[in-house]
Amino acid sequence: MIINGREAPAPADARVSLLDFLREHLELYGSKKGCNQGACGACTVLVDGERVLSCLALAVQYEDREVTTIEGLSSGGGLHPLQQAFIDHDGFQCGYCTPGQICSAVGMVEELRRGVPSYVTDDLTATDVAFGHDELRERMSGNLCRCGAYNGIVDAITEVYAEQAS
Amino acid sequence: MSNGETQRAVATVPEDWTPTNSPDPLVRAKHGLIGAQVSRLDGPLKVRGEARFAAEYVMDGMVYAALRYSTIARGRITTLDTSAAEAAAGVVLVMTYPNAPSMQPPPLFLTGPKAAGGANLPVMQDDSIHWNGEPVAIVLAETPEQADYAASLIEVAYESSPPRTFEEARAHPRTPDSLVGQAVEVLVGDAEAALIDAPHSVDLTYRTPRHNHNAIEPHAVTLAWDGEELIVHDASQGVKGHAWTFAQVFGIDEEQVHITSPYVGGGFGGKTLWSHHLIGAAASKLAGRPVRVTLSREGVYRLVGGRTNTEQRVAIGADDDGRFKSLIHTGISAMTPYNGLAEQFTFPARHMYATETLKTDQQVVDMDMLANSFMRAPGESVGTFALESAIDELAIELGMDPIELRLRNEPDKDPSTGLPYSSRHIVDAWRGGADRFGWEHRAEPGTRREGEWLIGTGCALGTYPYHRFPGGAARITLDKTGHATVAVPAADMGMGTSTTQAIVTAERLGLPLERVAIAYGDSSFPGNLLAGGSSQTASIAGAVISAQRALVEQLLALASDESTLAGLTADEVGGRDEGLCELADPSRWQSYAEILRQAGRDEVTVEAMASDPAEMQAYSMHSCGAIFCQVRVNATTGETRVDRVLGSYDCGRIINAKTAASQFRGGIIMGLGLALMEDTNFDERTGRIMNPSLAEYHVPVHLDVPAIELMWTDIPDPYAPAGARGIGEIGITGVGAAVANAVYNATGRRVRDLPITLDKLL
Repeated sequence: MIINGREAPAPADARVSLLDFLREHLELYGSKKGCNQGACGACTVLVDGERVLSCLALAVQYEDREVTTIEGLSSGGGLHPLQQAFIDHDGFQCGYCTPGQICSAVGMVEELRRGVPSYVTDDLTATDVAFGHDELRERMSGNLCRCGAYNGIVDAITEVYAEQAS
Repeated sequence: MSNGETQRAVATVPEDWTPTNSPDPLVRAKHGLIGAQVSRLDGPLKVRGEARFAAEYVMDGMVYAALRYSTIARGRITTLDTSAAEAAAGVVLVMTYPNAPSMQPPPLFLTGPKAAGGANLPVMQDDSIHWNGEPVAIVLAETPEQADYAASLIEVAYESSPPRTFEEARAHPRTPDSLVGQAVEVLVGDAEAALIDAPHSVDLTYRTPRHNHNAIEPHAVTLAWDGEELIVHDASQGVKGHAWTFAQVFGIDEEQVHITSPYVGGGFGGKTLWSHHLIGAAASKLAGRPVRVTLSREGVYRLVGGRTNTEQRVAIGADDDGRFKSLIHTGISAMTPYNGLAEQFTFPARHMYATETLKTDQQVVDMDMLANSFMRAPGESVGTFALESAIDELAIELGMDPIELRLRNEPDKDPSTGLPYSSRHIVDAWRGGADRFGWEHRAEPGTRREGEWLIGTGCALGTYPYHRFPGGAARITLDKTGHATVAVPAADMGMGTSTTQAIVTAERLGLPLERVAIAYGDSSFPGNLLAGGSSQTASIAGAVISAQRALVEQLLALASDESTLAGLTADEVGGRDEGLCELADPSRWQSYAEILRQAGRDEVTVEAMASDPAEMQAYSMHSCGAIFCQVRVNATTGETRVDRVLGSYDCGRIINAKTAASQFRGGIIMGLGLALMEDTNFDERTGRIMNPSLAEYHVPVHLDVPAIELMWTDIPDPYAPAGARGIGEIGITGVGAAVANAVYNATGRRVRDLPITLDKLL
């Protein structure tokens, strides 16, 4: 599979989750393990641009897929605009859920652009879903932040994506 | 100021300084960066995922651990067959009580300055079982998958005795030795008699469930032995306490334990020393290999204690004007014989309201359970739910506005100790908060409806005491390029400690922020600091005061006879513009770099202890807040949504407006969880936690969190270093009651039993 643009051979042990593969085999510790059962979102990575809970994925399922982790979101020492916005809006405290929040937000915006409805979308048949406060919060609700930096996270995502997503 | 604007000089503090004899010079005027919006200095690392947490250190030859937990609460192990696990692929060691090395029980938290044990039970030393979830085996293997699989192969059987339940044990409660070192009972006059005589009264019972911290980073430790030296990458709220406690357990010197914990993925009181630390170190010793223990989410629930349940009585008697004739707050909580935290929920009643008579008292019932522990605002979080709900109920009984009722009972001195308050401006916070919230638009209970939603507003007082622990110290290294590094053994679990202290140090030394670095989370640093009791900001600031004094004295000794500063004493100079100047004549100034260069020094290093926290004996010191919220309750389903929260705080000086706001909001959000959803389901029959996961223990998510407005008085406390009283825990306090009071206002239904789930409103 391709991880952040680099090829990596799938693990020999079929039990290895994508998250453990990233962390323990490749030492890409940016993706976090918070619950290992898909309840907290800290392990969120992008696979071919879609957000995936890497703790619920087996690494061997992802052969030939392109995986982007927080380490691959920006290049050359710079910051992705959303990473900068998280700093500006204090969208984190301890920083543990942060890589998952950021990867999830990047994937979430793509879902909005594709017109994928959510629980709070009024018209489930619409192909055009407006970027809004409730849409954003509902779609990010799979990413827990126990420090409670939610307001800053929402502000950061809104600053970066409100215009381009709508 | 970093744009070239000339700084005002900040005087050094006198040699015999304590906060009680003169305010910290930084308190006198608002200075430079203090109170500004400063982004956290570790931000770039964290948003890149490059901050290394405890389970992200790799050691040569490291093996992975998996644990097995008991499935009974009380009894003994009868069968322990580890043969299949030992034969499994990749397994390096299976450790159970028969082959575990001898370990002393960890000294219990608060029994000594550095005692850090969550419980003082022996760890894996015999066949006895004390709680459902006690670790019975640890497996070390080459990969995590091999360790997990092998752990599942261990056969364990038990002889089980029925655990003591809360309902049974409540018949014979006991009085705890103390409430975190303070008297259990406080009596002023005869409060029970005054209650009977009062023309208006309420006498009510409130209940709060167990809670778990649920930091998103599960507890983890990566460690190795090098002979008798123990090297630990930890997730710790207090590295010095962990090092000392490890040393007691393994019979070595605390200097032989080297703990680093620069990043902690959330703590909230839970990232203290628990049995995984000790079992992991013991297994590493047996196997002769570095070990990484990462608890599963369920493992955190099994091994790391949370907040206990409480049952609280609040009774208030008042005259026709609402003045308190009697205030009674008593109750019971669950505890164990092997820990010491009764959850001091009666503390707010001791300090917050004027009353003619006062009675607070607490008892505990011993249960067979994991030792309960500190969780954000232990005591005040759930205590303010009961007290501030009862005041709301009394206001209704009196037909009085609940804010007015509180203001009428504003004390002029501490009602239980008689001490003056160091600084108390909660009346300003109430008035300012009520204005901004629009409190005057409040409707009568159950009268405001929008579609299927019933709308209501509520308010409550939040409060948390000031703490500064003795034993703090700091080391300052100033180099010839004019950079200062402050080393303190503090923890930054996301509170913004390092950024906040960089601001304070920069202002004190007269340096731009980018020339100050804070090194923390390392047990080799001097003094003892703990991220607990909302004490760190004041404790570090107090230590830096002493260290700066020592630094200035050393610099003046180094300054040459030709120096413009020659002949001046530390009392006569201050830090300004990257150097020292005479306070009386700031043009007498010399840069730090030049002083060092002229002395032929590359750097100077000083170390000093903080003054004793005498201010805590001389004054009643508390952060306070007025919490307002608006809720809507679905008339059909009973679902409660919080639409608006405003916190108006009086916590002394706010040093970093940006990270402080996050601390307040984070606390408030945890308070919304306490109000509406958080509940550790404890099976009374088996003593087992039944929802040990983030899927079944509900915490607030994005959609649960409304806009949260904040304001603060920003009046510096003259008796706190840097004027700051502490903000880490107050956010959670008062929120439970504010929500419950708003739910009452919306529906006319009073819920006295948290969390306020929809079944209670149907």
